Amino acid sequence: MTATAESPVTISSGQDMTQVIPVLMPGATYASVTDQIGGIVQRPLTWLWIMAFGITFVVVMVLTGAIAYLLLRGVGIWGIDIPVAWGFAITNFVWWIGIGHAGTFISAMLLLMRQNWRTSINRFAEAMTLFAVACAGMFPLMHLGRIKFFYWLAPYPNTMALWPQFRSALVWDVFAVSTYGLVSLIFWYVGLIPDLATMRDRSRNRFTWTIYGMMAMGWRGDSRHWLRYQTAYLLLAGLAAPLVVSVHSIVGMDFSEAQLPGWHSTIFPPYFVAGAIFSGFAMVLTLAIPMRSLFGFKNLITIRHIDNCCKLMLVTELLVAYGYAAEVYTGWYSGSVYESYMTMNRFIGPYAPAYWSLIFCNIVAPQILWSRRVRQNVIIVFILSLVINVGMWLERFMIIITSLQRDFLPSSWGMYYPTFWDWATFIGTLGLFFCMFFLFARLLPAISIAEVRELVHETAGGSVPPSKMEPANVI
Amino acid sequence: MSSETLYGMAAEFDTPEAILEAARVVRRYGYREARTYTPFPVGGLAEIFGFERTWIPAFFLAGGIFGAAGGFFMQWFANVVHLPWDIGGKPMNSWPAFIPITFEMGILFAALTGVTAMIVLNRLPQPFHAMFQLPAFERASRDRFFLCIKSTDPQFSREKTADLLKSLHPLAVLEVPR
Repeated sequence: MTATAESPVTISSGQDMTQVIPVLMPGATYASVTDQIGGIVQRPLTWLWIMAFGITFVVVMVLTGAIAYLLLRGVGIWGIDIPVAWGFAITNFVWWIGIGHAGTFISAMLLLMRQNWRTSINRFAEAMTLFAVACAGMFPLMHLGRIKFFYWLAPYPNTMALWPQFRSALVWDVFAVSTYGLVSLIFWYVGLIPDLATMRDRSRNRFTWTIYGMMAMGWRGDSRHWLRYQTAYLLLAGLAAPLVVSVHSIVGMDFSEAQLPGWHSTIFPPYFVAGAIFSGFAMVLTLAIPMRSLFGFKNLITIRHIDNCCKLMLVTELLVAYGYAAEVYTGWYSGSVYESYMTMNRFIGPYAPAYWSLIFCNIVAPQILWSRRVRQNVIIVFILSLVINVGMWLERFMIIITSLQRDFLPSSWGMYYPTFWDWATFIGTLGLFFCMFFLFARLLPAISIAEVRELVHETAGGSVPPSKMEPANVI
Repeated sequence: MSSETLYGMAAEFDTPEAILEAARVVRRYGYREARTYTPFPVGGLAEIFGFERTWIPAFFLAGGIFGAAGGFFMQWFANVVHLPWDIGGKPMNSWPAFIPITFEMGILFAALTGVTAMIVLNRLPQPFHAMFQLPAFERASRDRFFLCIKSTDPQFSREKTADLLKSLHPLAVLEVPR
């Protein structure tokens, strides 16, 4: 004990692997990282990409079909009815918007915390956010029933002299989600500007040169421009960080504002935010692990990134577990027969398999992340990330369905069964998400080139001496 | 080519340290009208030629205040003035319920104003710039660092400026046409 405490050298010399694995593999230069990341966009299409894109595109067609039929027939094609009026649509909305939280969390929070390992994952995590928010945003609109009146949600001057109900959490949600989508888009685009200039300068044909050139707006790396740019980017991060917390808090309030047992709880906003970041990191890993293999990004997205994401998942998982425990405790401590019945209904009611599956997926399975060997095994982490994605979907399903299904009067109880169109819409948005992600990976640099160049400069300049980044220490 | 037909004289470097040192020397020789172009932000470079601070934060603040105030006003106006509706005796100006939208509108307007200000103050979009005429400038977004002394500088002279830049051991010294 005393020996190790007195000799910190022995602790740092190889015990903690994560201290040794760099965020950037040695040998990187400004030119090499630029050519590697930019070159991915310029290389010819592979059959694997065409196949993957083709399959997801077919799934997008399923979504268009499902939406067209919905417009034709109305929400009656779904399994929703009284008492379960919020079925798959709201489950999917909350799931997607939750996934969308990790991107801005990585970009904004980790930037403010000076976590330089965020550099090689922030770009595609932000893209993931945008696509997830796009998928999420469709569901409340589809759920309106009469989509053509969607603009009634917005405060606009109208001859009926009507306003939205500003005291309702559902109206807050309209503002929160649209602000979040817009600010995330701005944040992503601002981050892209220097890289678009790189792509413009790398272009060898007039078409791409024109497109990237217009999008880069004539960026040329002027030092004065950089200073304004960095100031604006940092302030955007400062704005986006509380925004992330506010969005899912408000989604949580959509539920807790109601008096329904299982929804009417003060734990919801923080519990939803933790769950959102948990599921978001799971989706980041689901995308990052195949991408680093397929695109050869193993030197940029290292085991250190996987390991760090796993640690954040473990932390948020414990917060979510606390949320589950608090719900059960409330069921008992409230003394309310409805609250306690709702809790028992989750344990042993008709949807109990969903409840116990989510406990397994979100609480039991992630416990393996305590082991460093597991965190650094990409196959296990990838499978676990899929399990968590499923678990978090089930969590939203459980919160919505079991609470609505048996509320106060047994005479008004009912069951909810998803229909073919529920599934088609849900799977369709999965297709849309991955389809847009595949397009993004081919059309734009999936990793921020300018920031990685900066990282090359920093790591060569002293914070991580090159002598410490020996390949022998690297997995 | 006389100095009237020149935009400036540029020197190309391959490390941030080299351009930082070159910029300091050029400034010591009394040049003020110079610009530097780098593939990633190099700290302290803009300050050498007198660009100490930016008004960007003020734009963010102003946008945020405008958005938040406007957002609150909209809700207050709707509920107190335009369509007062008594629901269970709740106060018309129930301000705690207006906070979330006030906050969101503040964030939205701060972000929009600040980013627009960044783009406009940088005079973007700018499809043409004199530096783009140099074939070598393509690498300014990859791994090269450029310093350009503009011909508008009172001290600018084709020969003397080129000699000074050559003495800084650049990879190349290039004339930038207007």
